[in-house]
Amino acid sequence: MGLAENQLSFDLLESWLASNPDAVGMKRNGGSVFRELALFQDYHGLPAFKNELVKLMSKIRGDKVRFDSNKLVLTAGATSANETLMFSLADPGEAFLLPTPYYPGFDRDLKWRPDVEIVPIHCSSSNGFKITMPALEEAYERAQRLNLKVKGVLVTNPSNPLGTTLTRQELNHLITFAVAKEIHIISDEIYSGTVFDSPRFISITEAVIDRNLQETDLWSRIHIVYSLSKDLGMPGFRIGMIYSNNEKAVAAATKMSSFGLISSQTQFLLANMLADTKFTSKYMKENQRRLKKRKDMLVSGLKTAGIKCLKSNAGLFCWVDMRKLLVSNTFEAEKELWKKIIFEVGLNISPGSSCHCTEPGWFRVCFANMSEETLQVSMRRIKEFVETILIIGNGCSSKQQQRSGSVIGKWVSKLSSSDPEPDR
Amino acid sequence: MATLSKIATNDRHGENSPYFDGWKAYDRNPFHPTQNPEGVIQMGLAENQLCFDLIKEWISKNPSASICTAEGVDEFKDIANFQDYHGLPEFRQAVAKFMSRARGGRVTFDPQRVVVAGGATGANELITFCIADPGDAFLVPSPYYPAFDRDLGWRTGVKIVPVNCYSSNNFQITREAVEEAYKKAREANINVKGLIITNPSNPLGTTLHRDTLESLVNFVNENNIHLVVDEIYAATVFNSPKLVSITEVIEKMDSNINRDNIHVIYSLSKDMGLPGFRVGIVYSYNDTVVNCGRKMSSFGLISSQTQYLLASMLNDDEFVDNFLAESSKRLDKRYHTFTKGLEQIGIKCLKSNAGLFFWMNLGHLLKEQTLEGEMELWRMIINDVKLNVSPGSSFQCTEPGWFRVCFANMDDETVHVALNRIGAFVCQGQETSTQPTKKKRWQKKNDLRLSFSSRMISEESVMSPHKNMMSPHSPIPRSPLVRA
Repeated sequence: MGLAENQLSFDLLESWLASNPDAVGMKRNGGSVFRELALFQDYHGLPAFKNELVKLMSKIRGDKVRFDSNKLVLTAGATSANETLMFSLADPGEAFLLPTPYYPGFDRDLKWRPDVEIVPIHCSSSNGFKITMPALEEAYERAQRLNLKVKGVLVTNPSNPLGTTLTRQELNHLITFAVAKEIHIISDEIYSGTVFDSPRFISITEAVIDRNLQETDLWSRIHIVYSLSKDLGMPGFRIGMIYSNNEKAVAAATKMSSFGLISSQTQFLLANMLADTKFTSKYMKENQRRLKKRKDMLVSGLKTAGIKCLKSNAGLFCWVDMRKLLVSNTFEAEKELWKKIIFEVGLNISPGSSCHCTEPGWFRVCFANMSEETLQVSMRRIKEFVETILIIGNGCSSKQQQRSGSVIGKWVSKLSSSDPEPDR
Repeated sequence: MATLSKIATNDRHGENSPYFDGWKAYDRNPFHPTQNPEGVIQMGLAENQLCFDLIKEWISKNPSASICTAEGVDEFKDIANFQDYHGLPEFRQAVAKFMSRARGGRVTFDPQRVVVAGGATGANELITFCIADPGDAFLVPSPYYPAFDRDLGWRTGVKIVPVNCYSSNNFQITREAVEEAYKKAREANINVKGLIITNPSNPLGTTLHRDTLESLVNFVNENNIHLVVDEIYAATVFNSPKLVSITEVIEKMDSNINRDNIHVIYSLSKDMGLPGFRVGIVYSYNDTVVNCGRKMSSFGLISSQTQYLLASMLNDDEFVDNFLAESSKRLDKRYHTFTKGLEQIGIKCLKSNAGLFFWMNLGHLLKEQTLEGEMELWRMIINDVKLNVSPGSSFQCTEPGWFRVCFANMDDETVHVALNRIGAFVCQGQETSTQPTKKKRWQKKNDLRLSFSSRMISEESVMSPHKNMMSPHSPIPRSPLVRA
């Protein structure tokens, strides 16, 4: 339950493939395009594919924004897109502000090779972890005290790990802040197609247009990251992209994409799939319906165990409040609780500290990467575990320990394998 | 106003090199036999287009290798989900097997040491990030692949120190030259982290001798620096001598050689002609590099769809053996067609046995034996002869007049057109020239005239019956730059 994969709607994709042999067999109008594809390594990307992507992005935003395929840069996954943006917008040692909690992989994607610093914007449960103006200002000042030059803010909208979309107010704070400080805004909108409930998704672009700032400097400091890994559940295909209004950034990122281009075979398949707009509409709608159902199942399951979740409307996970299960309000206690959940309950969930949350006791729990039956099993386990903890207080009785020890099985061996990858 | 980064705004992506100007000329006016017969013929792009029929046939016969067919769609979900940076196990195994077969089975590769990367471009950058820091340097024998400046140096901040090689010994790399360059770099306080060689060589098309490789291994070992061998053209060897892979050399050398410093770069872009699929490989004997490289490969993983297809294809031993043999045959034929045709008009090429190009010497056609002279000739070749060839200077060659000419990215008809154009170009020079000194030089070539014309008429592979632009009376090459 630590891996944010979307496995709910493969049946829809599979049936599309069965009905579209041309896309599959690398044919166009019956004639083979294999040779063209095998040779195609142009870092501008397959035009047909980019055209479909901008149409898809527009549709996801309720057609409130139009995108230009010339401003789209294809990269091998959003992982590569974020790193590439760092290389393009910041020099080593410069900094980006990120609201906490944030996706743990950002530590690698932003800091590792580009050597960019992350300065967290502290968000708190007191207001549902929303971004506030004081928090933004405080982060900026902290960066200054550390002698770090802030180049921009990076937000994930919808948020990972919160599963919430940014409110209009938060977007406006970001915009006001970025205008005042003359910095970039990167909006990682990788989960934009997973919004399954109100409020509706408002993209950074829409928010800027609504403030009438398209003709100002800020416009060329707005960059969006997107991918098909979450919305279409195809992380293996490595389809990521950067959308930027900044010509120079697009030019630089395009050249950099040479280090991680998308396989032409995959570009061709997806260009065909996305061109079937009837299919993609149907898919997105159905996928969102299934995500909502699954999320509701998790939330109500946890509720019967007395566990609350942050109210969410998007994403493949819930942000779960387990603070009352902590023996003390510390990260050590969170770690202890986490170990218990992994080894005794047999559930792999992600502790808030790995997401740089400032308050201990929160966990990200994914719900879209398993069958319904498995989710039911997880719910039962959590319920039992919580009951045990709350009744006994500080741990399990020996009788309870025996019972819960039996679920250790494959989870332990899975965890002890080397090279754990950061959960997305 | 927030600026972009230094990397984004500097020139180290190298696209302002003339190497790309030729491509632009081609892009603006690409040759097509019927739709644009006067267009520019692309001879600057080292693509291998000779064996697609074999691959297409395999794909049609193996529908289950594609996750999108009825036969293969059951795997769709697992493959679409697979983003493990270790790469698909069956893909790594198949690649290790293929790498071995491409080296005649003389050496085996361990799939556990195969790291996937986004094309050789991604692989070269990745290994650089793993073994060098910003400000460090690599020794690279020249002439070398122009994009190394970008791949090794752009985002990594690493410098290239060229090790110049000369035509006097056929541009062979010598330990002495490498040592000399290393010494000079050290004296200039440059921290050299390694030596990078391409074997078979781009642009030379030659393979390194075993004793050269051994001496280079000894050199890096003694100085405790890395050796990276880019073997991207390994299976394009079409003539003897066979490729001696660095892995073969290492296996046979003493145990005092520190294998942790030896790394191989590979790809399927040239050997199989699949640059669009972005298959790059880093193969290292160093566990730390393998582990670190794996994590970095997250930034340029190969699409699982592609890994799955190729795992199946490369595991088909019969297909692979036939492909390797047939590909060599076709490359050999193409190479000889060109070099023979050029020889007949007095143009010499470096004798080579691999690659998708030959290294052509047009020094005798230069107005001046200088870089400017070479650029002038090059512009004429692009604009008047309408061939995009790559000037030696873009490969950091220190001797003007050499050009890399790609031959495997066109069909047979286009080969004829290209040869005819070159022939017309050099003959045109002879007809309009009025300089007596030049005549003297070429007098010894007079005996070529008759044999040339008769052979030209009879050799089908060179003559195009409809576009005979060759004058049978003036085969003697002259620089068209030399006019009254």
